[in-house]
Amino acid sequence: MCLAIPGMVESVEYPFATVDFSGTKKRVRIDLVDDVRPGEYVLVHVGFAIHKVDKEEAKKLEEMLAEIFIESG
Amino acid sequence: MISLEKAKAGIKELAVRIRKEMEGEDEIRLMHLCGTHEDTITRFNLRSLLPDNLKLLSGPGCPVCIIPDMDLQMVFHLIKNAKITFTTFGDMARVPFEGKSLFYYRSKGYDIRIVYSIFDAMEIARQSEKPVVHFGIGFETTMPSTALAVLDGVENFHIFSSHRFFIPAMEHLLSLGKARIDGFINPGHVSTIVGVKAYEPIKEKYGVPQVIAGFEPYDVVLAVYHLVKAVKNRERALLNEYTRAVKYEGNTKAQKAMDEVFDSYDWEWRGLGVVPASGGAIKRKYEEYDAMKVFEDVFKDFEAKEDARKKACRCGEVLRGLIAPSDCPLFMKACTPKDPVGPCMVSFEGTCNIWAKYGGYRV
Ligand code: SF4
Repeated sequence: MCLAIPGMVESVEYPFATVDFSGTKKRVRIDLVDDVRPGEYVLVHVGFAIHKVDKEEAKKLEEMLAEIFIESG
Repeated sequence: MISLEKAKAGIKELAVRIRKEMEGEDEIRLMHLCGTHEDTITRFNLRSLLPDNLKLLSGPGCPVCIIPDMDLQMVFHLIKNAKITFTTFGDMARVPFEGKSLFYYRSKGYDIRIVYSIFDAMEIARQSEKPVVHFGIGFETTMPSTALAVLDGVENFHIFSSHRFFIPAMEHLLSLGKARIDGFINPGHVSTIVGVKAYEPIKEKYGVPQVIAGFEPYDVVLAVYHLVKAVKNRERALLNEYTRAVKYEGNTKAQKAMDEVFDSYDWEWRGLGVVPASGGAIKRKYEEYDAMKVFEDVFKDFEAKEDARKKACRCGEVLRGLIAPSDCPLFMKACTPKDPVGPCMVSFEGTCNIWAKYGGYRV
């Protein structure tokens, strides 16, 4: 129930957008997230976008894990 | 995304560090609060990476499981006594009361439809003359979509709200005591909506360390690592590991929509009893969309019963982290995913169901 999956916004027909989940396309509500544009990723839960995926933050985590990896050498 | 090798190496290293931290320590008991976390933990057998003195308990994080039989009986009463179309998520349609579920009633000819989202249910209402009632379930992650539906205002569309606010349940769990909880892994997607700030009062009042975590195996192991350190150092930690989806303020638009539509009442949870201010009831000013109000007359002669078949089911204790599914005598004997006795075995987010699916049981 609380699962949300990221998908890429293909086109916007406000308050809906067509979102591509690796091949499966769905129409989802996007009016609870600011300023959604095609090409961006959103986290979708039961038919509505709950958040825009923050690429910068995803990268930070990746770097941090890489660091742990390097430290462990 | 992080490459598989990097993630694996990171997890291994974290597990070594966790073991080192736990050497010679008293038992530490951490609880996660989300069915999806249990799925990650059991699917990847993460408990096997942890030392024996570190327990990873599963909490009340399955919205289908915590809905008490009372709500279910009211829904059955409604579909039997009102001429409506009833819409529900598939998971909820399989929960039995006295051996009968919404799927059973559908097979008996009642107009029950399985939907993926509340917006699909609204579409059904728009194309129908009949009243359509939707089974509103879920925590703060799901509630904003119900709020949007109410605000859209389709005349013949009503909600039977079994929504529950999650944060009050965390506080309630701590106040109940009994299961000692040294730290929480907070639910990632609830947090996307409510933000880090929603947990500040728990931090202030109870001081129990909390880490908001994502759903990849490395997210969970990282959260465990942070929690172990915080518990050992007696820190009142409130950390956000899931920064790619959770902000301090949360999703303020969604919070506004929820505030507009829902009031909070003292409602019952399976396993937890009545949790103060946890019930997401539709506000008076939107009562024309509230099935409880619209079908008031139908509920007049409603009486709740006990389900004799669930007497031996220990789902309530599973939801409080007091026992593991394998401690229930019915687990994988009288109760299986195919023929479930309790909701913890029905829902894909129920701990019993997840343990049954992946096997390899260990707490
Ligand atoms: S195994 Fe079945 S009967 Fe036992 S607690 Fe879980 S849901 Fe209830």
